[in-house]
Amino acid sequence: MRVGTAKESYAADEGLFKTDTQKVWFGLLLAGLVLFPLNGSNYWMFLAVLVMINVISTTGLNILTGYTGQVSLGHAAFMAVGAYTVAFFDGRFDTPVLLNLVLAGAVAAGIGYLVGLPSLRIKGLYLAIATLAAAVILGFVFLNWTPVTGGLRGLNVPTATIAGIELATPDRLYWLVMPITVIMVLAAKNLFRSRVGRAFIAIRDRDISAEIIGISLLKYKLMSFAISSFYAGVAGGLWAYLFRVVTPESFPALASIFFLAAVIVGGAGTIVGGIFGAVFMTLIPEFLKLSATALVPWFPDASIYLAPVRNIIFGLLIIGFLIFEPMGLAEMWRRTRRYFALWPFRT
Amino acid sequence: MAVEFIDIVETSLAGIGTGSLMALTGVAFVIIYKATKVINLAIGEMLMIGAFVFYGFSAGLSLPIWASVPLTLAVAAVIGGLIERTMIRPLLKDNPVSVFMVTIGLTSVLIGVVELVWSAEPRRLPEFLPSQPVLFGEVFIPSKTAYSFVIAAAAMAVLITVFSFWRGGIALRATATDRAAASSVGIDVPGVFSFSWMLAAVVAALAGILVGSVGGISSAMGLFGLSVFVVVIVGGLDSILGALIAGLFIGWLEAMVGRFMGGEFKLLATFTILLVVLVVRPYGLFGTHEIERL
Repeated sequence: MRVGTAKESYAADEGLFKTDTQKVWFGLLLAGLVLFPLNGSNYWMFLAVLVMINVISTTGLNILTGYTGQVSLGHAAFMAVGAYTVAFFDGRFDTPVLLNLVLAGAVAAGIGYLVGLPSLRIKGLYLAIATLAAAVILGFVFLNWTPVTGGLRGLNVPTATIAGIELATPDRLYWLVMPITVIMVLAAKNLFRSRVGRAFIAIRDRDISAEIIGISLLKYKLMSFAISSFYAGVAGGLWAYLFRVVTPESFPALASIFFLAAVIVGGAGTIVGGIFGAVFMTLIPEFLKLSATALVPWFPDASIYLAPVRNIIFGLLIIGFLIFEPMGLAEMWRRTRRYFALWPFRT
Repeated sequence: MAVEFIDIVETSLAGIGTGSLMALTGVAFVIIYKATKVINLAIGEMLMIGAFVFYGFSAGLSLPIWASVPLTLAVAAVIGGLIERTMIRPLLKDNPVSVFMVTIGLTSVLIGVVELVWSAEPRRLPEFLPSQPVLFGEVFIPSKTAYSFVIAAAAMAVLITVFSFWRGGIALRATATDRAAASSVGIDVPGVFSFSWMLAAVVAALAGILVGSVGGISSAMGLFGLSVFVVVIVGGLDSILGALIAGLFIGWLEAMVGRFMGGEFKLLATFTILLVVLVVRPYGLFGTHEIERL
């Protein structure tokens, strides 16, 4: 139950956490994240790290697509840029991990800025196709710029080492990925309390009106592209440390659709939606894998059908959510919360 | 390296052959876009499902060609109609971005269905086009390319006739110009939506049969749709003439680049053209330049 939350100032109304209840829940979430490794299962730690990497990347795409309204079909390519940057710098120059991750974000942001440039002339679906073109061209570069990207064979990534500790296994890597995820998600949440974030939202809602009230469309669209790609780049860098090898096939075109699906299923234009979507979409294949294993006694070749069934379910989820729940899981979550906000006095 | 003239001619003709298939698929895309204003990212996958249905009829059930082609086209029409009624119609009033993303979801579903039913490995369609190569003087053209060019050209001639003279085609053009006006003169606009998707699915399936008979079929053949995408953007999303010209041009360009620079440069070349066109002339060569008002 949550009552008595009247605000007396605009600052309080725009706060990151508006009520004590939210602070408590957030504290519980942090405690849960800290205590999670106690389960000790390597499989769950791997999944947790993968989920968090996808959370970062989905949040990035959410900033661009959900908040600024620019559909991008090249998000996975920016992740690949980050992964290659980490592989290149750590493998070649043995630079520190955190510096690599920042570089990964920065390089991806730079390329994202370039890819955003056509938004000077085009918008909406044309822009989505331009990002697709950019992804194809980036894929070509990964495959053929052999001195830097290793060509078809890709690059091996050394173990992430911080202060002499080798983060070789997912349960150690967790302590690198988890804080970064929390910081980046909070930063995204904060972004939309600022002038820049409000400009993004204005562009999404009606770009011509936004321009008329003095928002420079080009500047803010490019900024949105750069920030979104920065998130993707960092996520890609962490991905490289998790899988330890980057090849041109690490981030296929389907991966971009995966992130778009995560944004839609989770709820475009809400930070919590990006988190829900990433968690949900990452766990679905695992869930399917488990069900396939469980079905083996009855259908011995259940695992053959895993990949196609996963494709179908991904597609149906996108379509189903767009038709029946366009605001995504976040909206379901909000309804549940509202129901309990005054519980048990009113239902 | 001396490039022989005859080599250039042969490559060009082969490229134009492929280009005619791109143009045909591009026309399917344009039909959908004209009627419903939906950018259908799943056009390559609609082509793929047509090819696989044909494979099912001709190889799976070993029906003769004259039976399996019409059956395939009929099934494609049903699939197109179903897609429109269940997935597109509920969202047409929403913003175009949602519908666009539905077609992305559709891509994934169609690939999944094909892999579930026929598995992911590439297959060959039964031979049904004459295998005697076509010779113009000294210029050699693979028979399948030549015959698929002829079939594609005939199909497009039929389509253009339909759009110019048949009532249904005119209704489609009227709907494309102004939905409200079309509706007020008694055109069944939702019917036109369904019809356009069915027609486009049929055209895409025909293109799929031809593409499959030239290059074999696989669950990845929807990638052909990427080139078609470039074709319709270069030509202008709502222009059938643009799809024709751009289709032949992109097909020719891909063949030339593939022959003289290497296969991996094909997509690079087409997508570079795409980016240039998007930045310089976003509405394409023959598309309508829409002016946006507040």
